[in-house]
Amino acid sequence: MIDVKNITKIYKTGDIEFQALRGVSFTIKDGEFVAIMGPSGSGKSTLMHILGCLDTPTAGTYFLDGKDVSTLSDDELADVRREKIGFVFQSFNLLPRTTVLRNTMLPLMYSGIDEEERKKKAVKALTATGMTDSHYHHLSNQLSGGQIQRVAISRALVNDPSLILADEPTGNLDTKTGDIVLGTFQKLNEELGRTIILITHEPDVAEHADRIIYIRDGQIVEDGRAHSKRKARHHA
Amino acid sequence: MKTSDIIHETYTALLSNKVRTGLTMLGIIIGIGSVIAMVAIGQGAQGTIQSNIQSLGANLIQVTPGSQGGPGSQVSQGRGTARTLTYDDAQAVAGELSLIQAVSAELSSRYQVVGKGTNTNTTVMGATPAYPSVRNVSIAEGSFISNQNLRSLSKVAVLGPTARDDLFGKGASAIGQTIRINGIQFKVIGVTVAKGGSGFQNQDDMIFIPLTSAQKFLAGANYVSTIAAQAVSSDAMSQAQTDITYLLLDRHKISDPASADFSILNQNDIVATASSVTQTFTILLAAVAGISLVVGGIGIMNMMLTTVTERTREIGLRKAIGAKRADINRQFLVEAIVITLVGGLIGVALGAAVSWGLTAFGIIQTKVSIGSIFLAFGVSAAIGIVFGYYPARRAGALNPIEALRYE
Ligand SMILES: Nc1ncnc2c1ncn2[C@@H]1O[C@H](COP(=O)(O)OP(=O)(O)OP(=O)(O)O)[C@@H](O)[C@H]1O
Ligand SMILES: [Mg+2]
Repeated sequence: MIDVKNITKIYKTGDIEFQALRGVSFTIKDGEFVAIMGPSGSGKSTLMHILGCLDTPTAGTYFLDGKDVSTLSDDELADVRREKIGFVFQSFNLLPRTTVLRNTMLPLMYSGIDEEERKKKAVKALTATGMTDSHYHHLSNQLSGGQIQRVAISRALVNDPSLILADEPTGNLDTKTGDIVLGTFQKLNEELGRTIILITHEPDVAEHADRIIYIRDGQIVEDGRAHSKRKARHHA
Repeated sequence: MKTSDIIHETYTALLSNKVRTGLTMLGIIIGIGSVIAMVAIGQGAQGTIQSNIQSLGANLIQVTPGSQGGPGSQVSQGRGTARTLTYDDAQAVAGELSLIQAVSAELSSRYQVVGKGTNTNTTVMGATPAYPSVRNVSIAEGSFISNQNLRSLSKVAVLGPTARDDLFGKGASAIGQTIRINGIQFKVIGVTVAKGGSGFQNQDDMIFIPLTSAQKFLAGANYVSTIAAQAVSSDAMSQAQTDITYLLLDRHKISDPASADFSILNQNDIVATASSVTQTFTILLAAVAGISLVVGGIGIMNMMLTTVTERTREIGLRKAIGAKRADINRQFLVEAIVITLVGGLIGVALGAAVSWGLTAFGIIQTKVSIGSIFLAFGVSAAIGIVFGYYPARRAGALNPIEALRYE
């Protein structure tokens, strides 16, 4: 469960201060599928980084599964990131000059899982994003934008996290591939009860979620149920 | 993180950026290699000079005519040109002092010498039969000057191999031939063994004739230019030097040692002087090598630091997906160690190979010293590890987003 209260984030560049988040509060229950929307520069990624335990808020509290994240040590944060969270960066951040397979397996290396198991899990995660084995041994600089994005998503899924945070995961994908990825997220959410938070600019994509949070200028302007396609599908 | 993973990560990190790895290693290789080679040259030179001095004869005390200067001395004549030492002095030193086992009295000067059609200007050494043993010279063919030659003022000559080559052609037989020194005919009765043409006096390029003949026919006077006395042991040398000094002062009726009309040089002093010269030489070379080590070190530093931007992002990413600080530190430490170790070993091999090559091709004598290996290795390893590890450690302390945004 995610519980944030009054989160603010101030970036300081020299003498200039910029307030990217101005008092954001919400709770997200386990198993929710949430979309975050808002104009460019509104603070979505900033919020996501804080939720992913990658950055710390300037003020406010963040409880993840009942634990105050600000009290955790550097190593405990690493444990949380490794065991609970799958993060898809807006800028992907693959390891340069490293194969698709190795990039995908990287989180598992730090979990101490053995090589055989790692490969199995990586292949599963890559398949879930529609990556075929013809590209497993390509280096990260030999991939198309969409392939890079899919590898980044696979890497986030590989350690089977209970919380998946994805920053515009379908931005570079065509509708078909985008649907594969969204389908994967939906399956994880519905069948395994994973909590999913994704940022998107596309209403179509947001409609997969059961809740949409709108952000503008670092503040939540709307937080409500989505007129979910899936709900409609469920009912059908 | 498993050990096999660390090995794999290090291996890929080093191989995936070959240019960076190569340049970093190059700095280490050049730094270490040059220190080892330079110090080897310095120490080799020291050894060569010492053995050269020793090869001129062991435990020698050398007396040359001429005052040592000092208050009340008469107008000083250049050393070796004064005529204050005689063959009798030499015989007294040989006969009266128990710490002296052999004495060679010598009178040397350069003359024009004519052989078989060719002529050369070389040192003609008036010598006694004691010369070969005192000066560490052996006879290759024929014989050296005998007591009989000395007594009868024989016009016989023994040639050094270089002098023989110059006068009769390379390797030609000279025994029984005649040469003309300063217009006077001498018959060649022997040739000495080559000693290698280095040192202070090149004994290979000399012509030996009986001392008495040199005095009578060439110098026209009854003096010697050097008395070389061989002490019974190295330990006895300073006492022997004192004994010779007083004996000669007494014989020359001089009461004040400060106004002695001869100077006396102990071989240990020569060795010490030469050692201090070569020591300076070694220090100089070591300084040059040290500078290249510093330059190499700055190269390593530079390479490690310029990659920090890229590596900081990598560290941010690794932390973001769950790496602990210890994982990051360990990986970068191992990487830095491997780079410096491999570079270091190549550097040592290169330095040793250069030293070996210089010796093998006869350019200069070298001696690789263990100390220089440890020093060079230690310095570059320290630089490599500090500058490979420290920035990584600092980056590991950033939060993942700060590290990922690092520019
Ligand atoms: N490290 C930083 N230093 C200074 N300002 C920053 C920093 N990171 C983000 N900002 C600012 O904070 C604001 C919010 O940035 P953020 O990345 O959260 O936007 P976003 O909502 O994700 O936008 P987009 O949809 O374009 O990705 C922006 O105005 C940005 O300039
Ligand atoms: Mg963003």
